[in-house]
Amino acid sequence: MSGDVGPGGSALLRVEELKKYYPVRGGVFGGKIGDVRAVDGVNLTVMEGETLGLVGESGCGKSTLGRTIMRLEDPTSGRVFFEGKDVAHASKADLFTLRRDIQMIFQDPYSSLNPRMTVGEIVREPLLVHKIGSKPEQIETVRKLLETVGLTGEMLERYPHEFSGGQRQRIGLARALALDPKLVIADEPVSALDVSVRSQVLNLMVRLQRDRDLTYIFISHDLSVVEHVSDTIAIMYLGRIVEKGSAERIFRKPAHPYTRALIEAIPVPDPEQRHEAAPVKGEAPSPVNPPPGCPFHPRCPYAIPACREAVPPLEPTRDSAPGAEHVAACIRKNEI
Amino acid sequence: MPLLEIDNLKVGFDTEAGLVQAVDGVSLTLDKGRTLGLVGESGCGKSVTATSILRLVPSPPGKFLGGRIMFNGMDILELKRDELPKIRGKDIAMIFQDPMTSLNPVFTVEKQLGEVLKLRFGLEGEAARKRCIEMLSTVGIPDPTTRLTNYPHELSGGQKQRVMIAMALMTEPQLLIADEPTTALDVTIQAQILQLIRELQKRTGCAVLFITHDMGVVAEMCDDVAVMYAGRIVEQDDVYDIFKRSRHPYTRGLLRSLPQKGAAKKIELPTIEGVVPSLLNPPKFCRFADRCWKRKRLSELEQHKCFTEDPLLRPYEGGLVACHWPVHQGEEP
Repeated sequence: MSGDVGPGGSALLRVEELKKYYPVRGGVFGGKIGDVRAVDGVNLTVMEGETLGLVGESGCGKSTLGRTIMRLEDPTSGRVFFEGKDVAHASKADLFTLRRDIQMIFQDPYSSLNPRMTVGEIVREPLLVHKIGSKPEQIETVRKLLETVGLTGEMLERYPHEFSGGQRQRIGLARALALDPKLVIADEPVSALDVSVRSQVLNLMVRLQRDRDLTYIFISHDLSVVEHVSDTIAIMYLGRIVEKGSAERIFRKPAHPYTRALIEAIPVPDPEQRHEAAPVKGEAPSPVNPPPGCPFHPRCPYAIPACREAVPPLEPTRDSAPGAEHVAACIRKNEI
Repeated sequence: MPLLEIDNLKVGFDTEAGLVQAVDGVSLTLDKGRTLGLVGESGCGKSVTATSILRLVPSPPGKFLGGRIMFNGMDILELKRDELPKIRGKDIAMIFQDPMTSLNPVFTVEKQLGEVLKLRFGLEGEAARKRCIEMLSTVGIPDPTTRLTNYPHELSGGQKQRVMIAMALMTEPQLLIADEPTTALDVTIQAQILQLIRELQKRTGCAVLFITHDMGVVAEMCDDVAVMYAGRIVEQDDVYDIFKRSRHPYTRGLLRSLPQKGAAKKIELPTIEGVVPSLLNPPKFCRFADRCWKRKRLSELEQHKCFTEDPLLRPYEGGLVACHWPVHQGEEP
């Protein structure tokens, strides 16, 4: 895989062979009868200042990957390096410091904000926990943060339920920015929002990235949103990354049949571009019992017998350019 | 005579703060075999309009404040409570975003589908079972004989949606109301379900009222489109005109705020600033005036009209629009 320093800058985050399994219990004595392989051997590099779009359908492991990078979940195996420090095996004290640099925002701004705290208290909490500044300094910081995300200082004393969905997502962003992080992991940040509000929040995230040199991991099932915000896109299927490349490449020359199906399945807001038929049949298999070989082969229109034999490695496509590597996990990537 | 004709429908909800007028004078017609999309953002009244057709609005707190819903010449709002089964699940069927709204968790798939056949066609035993298996394979459920013995929780989200569609279409309805049926599904499964609804409509010739917030799904599925904003229809036209030359500033703004395929990255997306007005005490003039990009480009005199007169939904260049100053060709937010 690519090294730590590329033409676009240096790597901020490197994920190596990361696995997160959850035990499945059953039987008479409730013993372990299997594993849900939510994240099943992920390698990933995120460059400083870029937005990595992490795409996949429900259950593909994209949220678990985000949470494991954050160490909200302990990995089953593998390593996560943030600026060279191993997050996956960091001690509690080291994690405490690391969490200043990595923050997360969530899909549901309704349940990720404590309803009993005022907006001022919510945004100030990270500053209190990390003992940054005196009380008046903290309040001043909170006021500035709220203005940065498009809210006013007079909203400090109000409670989350008094705000709309879009405003709550802004509050979530203000809290995430309180410690001036380097990396923000955004898990479906606009999926619960209406179209007109969604574009406001996307614009805000793009502006914040520019003004504060943020790096984003943008997790979403919505490819049209991901295309808009991402520099690089990684597609996940059944716990693995099946394709990664620049946003342009992924949309113009998708190499993996699953990526193609995902792009084709998006309903286009133009009645002259209607679909004749659905691009793939069937549903994703269970991550408890993944099929042998390529996890996509049972649904894949291009599958051949060899696809059932081994999990295809994530390898560069034929015309992948150095520095903007385009990789796909498909043995037929160069012929279809 | 149109199959469905809604005339000046008004529905309100009693709340602690007062009466919320969720639907405020909605008129619609839907002909046999057509698909009408009812679109808008959360709280615009599209779902309340749709559930009113089956009289499924919970009352209290909901109440009908006026209007008529004519289905095949019969006024649904005038039906007595014991007459409602005449239409529910017979001539009109409905599918929902959450299939568990229509599936009962304690009965097997066979029991639930069988119940429909028994009530509607008096079909029982082996004949009913055969029909169930047929219907499940029609909606694309693999291994239908085994699935019959399953309970809803043993099925995936997409499969539950298919069973609900099978149940709705078994009755051979004249009208299918689909309320965000694919919103909770993954995009590849959504494509399959949309195709299924299209195929079944072609086969049975039923009319479809399709409620959604997703403009892509609208373009994919509908013949005609009605756009709702703050309890009212603000524009109605055939699907091509809505996407090519919408006349209402709200419709145009909504379409422009979608990220465009292949467009420049990270550019500022057009937005609709501000928020929807409260329906507790809606303005007596244009409900969109406050947020309207087009209004801001008008002279003070012209703007005066936006803030004093309520625009009525009126015929305009082949469609219907509720705006004093409809958008011209080439005008963009």
